[in-house]
Amino acid sequence: MTAAAAVPPAAIAYEDDCIRKFTIATVFWGVVGFLVGVIIALQLAFPVLNLDLPWTTFGRLRPVHTSAVIFAFGGNALFATSLYCVQRTCRARLFGGSGMGSFLFWGFQLVIVMAASGYVLGITQGKEYAEPEWYVDLWLTIVWVGYLITFAGTIIKRKEPHIYVANWFFLAFILTIAVLHLGNNVTVPVSLFGTKSYIIWAGVQDAMTQWWYGHNAVGFFLTAGFLGMMYYFIPKQAERPVYSYRLSIVHFWTLIFLYIWAGPHHLHYTALPDWAQTLGMVFSIMLWMPSWGGMINGIMTLSGAWDKLRTDPILRFMVASVAFYGMSTFEGPMMSIKAVNSLSHYTDWTIGHVHSGALGWVAFVTFGCVYYLVPRLWNRQRLYSLRFVTYHFWVATIGIVLYITSMWISGIMQGLMWRAYDSYGFLQYSFIETVEAMHPYYVIRAGGGILFLLGALIMVYNLIKTIKGDIRSETAFEQPVGAAAMRAGE
Amino acid sequence: MRHEILEKNVILLSICILITVSIGGLVQLVPLFAMEQTIEKVDGVRPYSPLELAGRNIYVREGCYTCHSQQVRPFRDEVERYGHYSLAAESMYDHPFQWGSKRSGPDLARVGGKYSSEWHAAHLTNPRSVVPESIMPPYGFLARRDLNYADIADHLRTLRIVGVPYTDEQIAQAAADVATQAQVEPTDDTDALLARYPKAVVGDFDGNPERVTEMDALVAYLQMLGTLVDFTSYKPELDYR
Repeated sequence: MTAAAAVPPAAIAYEDDCIRKFTIATVFWGVVGFLVGVIIALQLAFPVLNLDLPWTTFGRLRPVHTSAVIFAFGGNALFATSLYCVQRTCRARLFGGSGMGSFLFWGFQLVIVMAASGYVLGITQGKEYAEPEWYVDLWLTIVWVGYLITFAGTIIKRKEPHIYVANWFFLAFILTIAVLHLGNNVTVPVSLFGTKSYIIWAGVQDAMTQWWYGHNAVGFFLTAGFLGMMYYFIPKQAERPVYSYRLSIVHFWTLIFLYIWAGPHHLHYTALPDWAQTLGMVFSIMLWMPSWGGMINGIMTLSGAWDKLRTDPILRFMVASVAFYGMSTFEGPMMSIKAVNSLSHYTDWTIGHVHSGALGWVAFVTFGCVYYLVPRLWNRQRLYSLRFVTYHFWVATIGIVLYITSMWISGIMQGLMWRAYDSYGFLQYSFIETVEAMHPYYVIRAGGGILFLLGALIMVYNLIKTIKGDIRSETAFEQPVGAAAMRAGE
Repeated sequence: MRHEILEKNVILLSICILITVSIGGLVQLVPLFAMEQTIEKVDGVRPYSPLELAGRNIYVREGCYTCHSQQVRPFRDEVERYGHYSLAAESMYDHPFQWGSKRSGPDLARVGGKYSSEWHAAHLTNPRSVVPESIMPPYGFLARRDLNYADIADHLRTLRIVGVPYTDEQIAQAAADVATQAQVEPTDDTDALLARYPKAVVGDFDGNPERVTEMDALVAYLQMLGTLVDFTSYKPELDYR
């Protein structure tokens, strides 16, 4: 599996203009998404911040936050990295060239702007992570088909005999998201000139379809796609081949087979029939295996290069992201066990779990990739400052820790308060008492979010200076004596 | 097996990926549509009245599902706090379902009839005026906006396409039924409305009998939530799924 590392800097004119745009959009929407996240976190702590306006309530801004981070930040990152990776690992220029690149970029930004402006105005399907209405869904379908054609077309004209492992993951992500998007958005518009539509599925079937989609938006958008990033950028940054070729095959097929079954764990103890709930739970627990297989493959790629964690903060971002991935994919199967879920469901524990994956895994691996890409895409010698990358890393990490721990405490506490009985056999707490108890943790969570946003702003400054061509004079990180000697002797 | 074959053929790889990711979804989704036991046989569930439907659309528009679930689980504490656990039949006409995934506020599956309409209007306008510790956003603008229901019949017609059994009569009377349900004093039309939509709550909901506002619609929806099924005749032992 040395294909990625072995690709020579051949004289192929890669289509990098659209990748530069996608990279800038990743950073831009990331900051927007984190900012809206901080705002709605503060709204839960201080409801006066809803401002008594229709457009600024939590209910309308929450989909702006989730869509901005998942589809705008994550989506642009996936476009940038997948189109960068597929050209290099296939040694072929992008299929469709710069015209296709521009179409994909502007087409996808239009999806984001139409969706987000709709939420603020109250245009939504009311299905989590699938809120955009029918006209946005149709346009996204067109853009996505273009994406598939571009990606697969580039693979077809490759000059390498094998399709590199990262591209399997990107391909599975593109194909499966297409299937999920179509299945979960079968709607009939009330009028061709209006925004409102009704979904064809109802009640329990709509619930199952929604979480088949919803969980696999996590499984394929936020996992398979980002594992594609892991399989290309970690070996490149570490200058080591992927740990195990065999593990990557097993991990790939088991991951995509098992993930699809996990949706019903979002519907434990609901009116969804028991057989479906049990099936969802069993497959969610099995999912732990391929998830950790992937984590091991990513982390062990550093074999023989562990010392670089001390001197290379970009690699540190990537490796920390895989560690968070491992933690998050342990917690997820645990929460899918019905007995655990009876406590955790509907509480902040779920929110904390999602953010350990979204901030720790998705965002960290994206930051690592952006730091890798920007100097290369703009032909700069290196980043403006590696020290700033370190500051970003630690500020963001402390933010994540505050976020996750406060949500663990508030979630488990609220779950326990809901089911607490007093000595007379009455419910001990009214609902509003459990809301009141959340306040300090909501403040701490917002603090964590602010730190995470601050870290991203440090990155923005660093990237702007890098693109301008500035280099900050700073002393190099201290090389551990043994490691440097070892590498010299290799 | 020789994985190499897949690594050299993107079409074959794509087909294998599509087959692999289809299996789980098909096994979990198809039986839900095919099996009769998926939805319990109970009396009382009916399509939403036009005013309730308009209210439900406001509930969706404002993203209420981001903080409120509509699904009571079969636990002692939830049944005591909210009422009988939710049945699949109770959301069989819900396009989309609004079971939710988070309870920043309480479950609303059985909120109908628990509070007066005056309380709801006051609470929605300024939640902290009635519940000081509440963290809910204020929705006073709903009472200031006239409900736009000129095209409500089109909504019923669209829902009929996706499977809700609205009759021709219900569609023809849709706009008139909105006004009738929000009237203070019952009229002859009220009986016809109640024949079409049994158990519908009739009256002025927002404290302003002059106009039909978005507040009227939303409160009418909240007041019917979870009230339709007659649980005295429901036999759960027949419904093990």
